[in-house]
Amino acid sequence: MKLRGTLASLLLATAIGGLPLTSHAQTPTHQQYFPLQSYRVGPYAAGGTGFFGGFIDYMNLINTRDGGVNGVKLTWSECETQYVVEKGVECYQRLKSHVPPPSAWNPLSVGIAYAMIPDITADKVPLITIDHGRTDSTDGAVFPYVFPLLMNPYSETSAIINFIGSKSGGDEKLGSKSIVVLYHGSPYGRETIPIYQLLAKKYGFKLQQIEVPDPGTQQQSQWLQIRRIRPDYVVLRGWGVMNPVALKSAQEVGFPADHIIGNVWSNSEEDARPAGNAAKGYIALTTQATGTRYPVIQQIQNIIYKAHQGNMSDPARVGSVYYNLGVVNGILNVEAVRIAQAKFGNHSLTGDQVRWGFEHLDLSVAKVQALGAAGLFHSIDVTCNDHEGHGYITFQQWNGKEWNRISDWIAPDWAILRPIIEASANKYAAQNHITPRVCSTEEAAAN
Amino acid sequence: MNRSRDVTALAIFGVFLVAVPFIKSDYLFNAILIPFIAVSLAALGLNILAGYAGQVSLGSAAFMAIGAFSTYDLLLYVPHLPFLVALPGAGLITAVAGLVFGLPGLRLRGFYLAISTLAAQFFVQWVFTTFPWFQGGDTSGVITAPPIFIDGFQVSTPVERYLLALAVAAILTVFAIALVRSRVGQSFLAVRDNELAAKVLGINVLKIKLIACAISGFYIGIAGALWAYLYVRTIEPAGYDLDHSFQILFVIILGGLASIRGAFLGAAFLVVLPLLLSRGGAALLGPNFDSGYVDLAEKIILGALIILFLRLEPQGLSALLARFSLNRKATT
Repeated sequence: MKLRGTLASLLLATAIGGLPLTSHAQTPTHQQYFPLQSYRVGPYAAGGTGFFGGFIDYMNLINTRDGGVNGVKLTWSECETQYVVEKGVECYQRLKSHVPPPSAWNPLSVGIAYAMIPDITADKVPLITIDHGRTDSTDGAVFPYVFPLLMNPYSETSAIINFIGSKSGGDEKLGSKSIVVLYHGSPYGRETIPIYQLLAKKYGFKLQQIEVPDPGTQQQSQWLQIRRIRPDYVVLRGWGVMNPVALKSAQEVGFPADHIIGNVWSNSEEDARPAGNAAKGYIALTTQATGTRYPVIQQIQNIIYKAHQGNMSDPARVGSVYYNLGVVNGILNVEAVRIAQAKFGNHSLTGDQVRWGFEHLDLSVAKVQALGAAGLFHSIDVTCNDHEGHGYITFQQWNGKEWNRISDWIAPDWAILRPIIEASANKYAAQNHITPRVCSTEEAAAN
Repeated sequence: MNRSRDVTALAIFGVFLVAVPFIKSDYLFNAILIPFIAVSLAALGLNILAGYAGQVSLGSAAFMAIGAFSTYDLLLYVPHLPFLVALPGAGLITAVAGLVFGLPGLRLRGFYLAISTLAAQFFVQWVFTTFPWFQGGDTSGVITAPPIFIDGFQVSTPVERYLLALAVAAILTVFAIALVRSRVGQSFLAVRDNELAAKVLGINVLKIKLIACAISGFYIGIAGALWAYLYVRTIEPAGYDLDHSFQILFVIILGGLASIRGAFLGAAFLVVLPLLLSRGGAALLGPNFDSGYVDLAEKIILGALIILFLRLEPQGLSALLARFSLNRKATT
């Protein structure tokens, strides 16, 4: 009796869904299109607006200042994901058939990125997960289309330990240190547990890893435990509200903020500022310096914001952590296009051609300076084997109002991490029936 | 009368299948039809429990997670297990979980039961986050769902995935219709309406409640596996949070409690309509408009529509449709 109605509703849904879904595209000549799965509402909006704002402002700058990349205009469109995986997937499905075709995907979300890997590999369009993402996608032989540029979670871990080593007066002094890792009770938080253990074994420091259940608004017991342990450093592997609460709880038990070191998701103004006074002296890692004194950021202010073309509704956020990450991400995407153009010609490129550009993305310190980004980020050198590109990491300290850089550019210990990355990548390849490329023969064939 | 309706339904279903090659849009399959089917199926499962048997549950997403992880673990730890065996296997595992979490339902009613099912929601997410065994030792916490093979054939294109989802949903829907017409289905209603009266009629109330929990678990588990393997194609505990439990509950409230087609209508409303609104908004306002505002506006419109529909017909879209077809008959 009800079957008819049931199927009729199914049909109705199909009919609604079948309404014209084509995107309104202009003529595809001389454009390079970037689909943006942004998140401007929801709990992670601070990160989303900053990152995508910086990315868009940089593309705008290239269009306005240079007339595009070698005459090819950059275009983009956004759809809102709220950082929710299925919304991101829907966005991807919606924008993937855009004309001209997508150059690269930049979701800035681990969950969305993971969900896209099989599809973008089939579509042959690169997926950029700057500063985060699947660690083993560093192995370009297994993940030809995925690029965790500048830093993956394992490199981050290693850089933090190297930084503590340099502060203690050399890696050999690490043996006498005691470190607590306070991590978010989520897959993200747990991801680096084995890496900290590995490094503790190598350097001989005392290690204790303590979990904070999501969302992390209650941390009294964890910090009482830390007070008993009396560690030299606490590494904060936090997320969202957990970060300011950690800083405040640290103050309550009398742990000094300048011995707390935040990771890449604990390093923004939004992580430190809500803690008020308790955050003063707090140190965090970053791959890109904050502030507006870099020529490229100043050009954005002078050319884009003076003409009221800026993407940030609050121009004061230009120069913040997420904003500058967006600008660096813009630089890497644009330069990948430029490098690919040198090989394929100065016209609209396919995703696969842009991928080639990413795989040959080599920006030395001098080139970074020529781009007006000296000091904003260090350098990158992506190869077929290494999709991370040997990014360097720096540390910044919160003075109560803003971040100041306090360290040199530090290199993670890539050699020790590589075997773990390859083992994990090979496991993924076996599970998903992938035959890894042989990078050495590919490079030889290209030369 | 009944038979002629069933024949019409079968005919519509046939049209559905035949129309497939003529639809050229991958987007339609990937982003609309597959999640629509998965959510409908989960809502169908919850409707059996909440709509027919009267046991409110806020843990649907947790059971979807159990279905997804069970499928993954069965395929991972049992060598050479075909997907079509793992899928019902995962359904059975979820059914057992449904039984376990259904036990408080023997003592609790109404809001109290709803709160106890919240425990399932949080407990299950905690288990899958905390024990790496469930994730096959993967430390990143987000598992990529491995490709599906059916008798050596790889289900990969959107159309193939859609057809698989459609087939599973069709079988389970037919079974659900048979169930609610059966003696057990009638007992569900009796228990829901008045437990004491049901007991007097000789119905074993405890047994009936547990059967509802198990069957509901089976449906939701399969829906979770379809969601993970055919739609998002990753499996992560965070993907099955309380928001999803609420979404499924809203689907059946909006679609119509104790109605099979209500699950589909509600899912169409809550899954498909937001997408149309978002696309419509983006098309109307142009690509340079702040997508955040479009998203917020979409929520306001959706909320207003929900209030409007429930004002027109508190029994849900299913009842609204029934009234509409009655009116039409009266005028012809």
